[in-house]
Amino acid sequence: MDLILLLFDAVLLITLLALALAAILSSDPRRAVMLFIAFGLWLSLVWARLGAPDVALAEAAIGAGIGGALMLAAARRAARQQTSDRGEPS
Amino acid sequence: MNRDLSLLIGILVALLAVVLLWVFHSTLALDPGQRLASLAMERLPETGVSNPVTAVLLNYRAYDTLLELGVLLAALLGIWSLGPPRPGFQRAGPALAAMVDWVVPLAILTGGYLLWVGGHAPGGAFQAGALLGAAGVIMRLAGHANAGLPSETWQRWLVVLGAGVFTLTGLLLAFTGYGFLTYPPGQAKWLILLIETAATLAIGVTLAAAYVGGRPQPTAPPPPPLVTSASAEADR
Repeated sequence: MDLILLLFDAVLLITLLALALAAILSSDPRRAVMLFIAFGLWLSLVWARLGAPDVALAEAAIGAGIGGALMLAAARRAARQQTSDRGEPS
Repeated sequence: MNRDLSLLIGILVALLAVVLLWVFHSTLALDPGQRLASLAMERLPETGVSNPVTAVLLNYRAYDTLLELGVLLAALLGIWSLGPPRPGFQRAGPALAAMVDWVVPLAILTGGYLLWVGGHAPGGAFQAGALLGAAGVIMRLAGHANAGLPSETWQRWLVVLGAGVFTLTGLLLAFTGYGFLTYPPGQAKWLILLIETAATLAIGVTLAAAYVGGRPQPTAPPPPPLVTSASAEADR
């Protein structure tokens, strides 16, 4: 039983780190934001596993949900600004 | 020059990581000793709520939550100062519109539930407010340009409602001799519920307005469908 839990924790942590690295190293902002949302949802799982359901709820709702939506909107705006700066028709 | 700068930043970040690891290590090595947790749990019956997290957020460290509401307010003022928002999305098709008709009331209902349940189980004003904000985000994505928010005057009142009710309650308590945000025993539950309700509304409106991303415009008549779809195409 302990071994299974340990394995579960290892999978949780490794995936979390992999998602964080992927989000940071991604060159496309839109992709980075989507990875960040996945990271936030995964992190809320980690909080739940740590026995902190309050933080898990806040992380899923605010960190991943609203924060992700805001960042997606910002990435879209930045991308459009770049294309209009280059003089291309938007 | 640029490479030197990034090298310098890399070294500084590495040093910071070493310091953090050292702090973490010394914390682990330290004897736990007397912590605040047992003290907080001991006085929990006097806080008016039975969920320790809500007790810390709204009673023991209420001014912390008040300042958080202030931060949200300042963020929204910053967003509004950037000018008018972009035109919204294309109006949703029948399938998405029908789903939105179901999801938005459900999100508002769940927000109300989370607000009430925060007194004795995981939940609370920020989670409930985030759900209200999410309802606004869904409305905007489905083609309601103002995310279902009321007029600018109403938005202004709702946005300051959280910090306003919080501060007024605190000042009222201070003037009646209890001290700033020190609740009189017996009334703590209702005062906390009042503050949390105001905070939930304020957080929900603030987050939805932040997603709209600009100062609210005087309510214009909805543009003809052709223009809407063209601008929404450009919006993608």
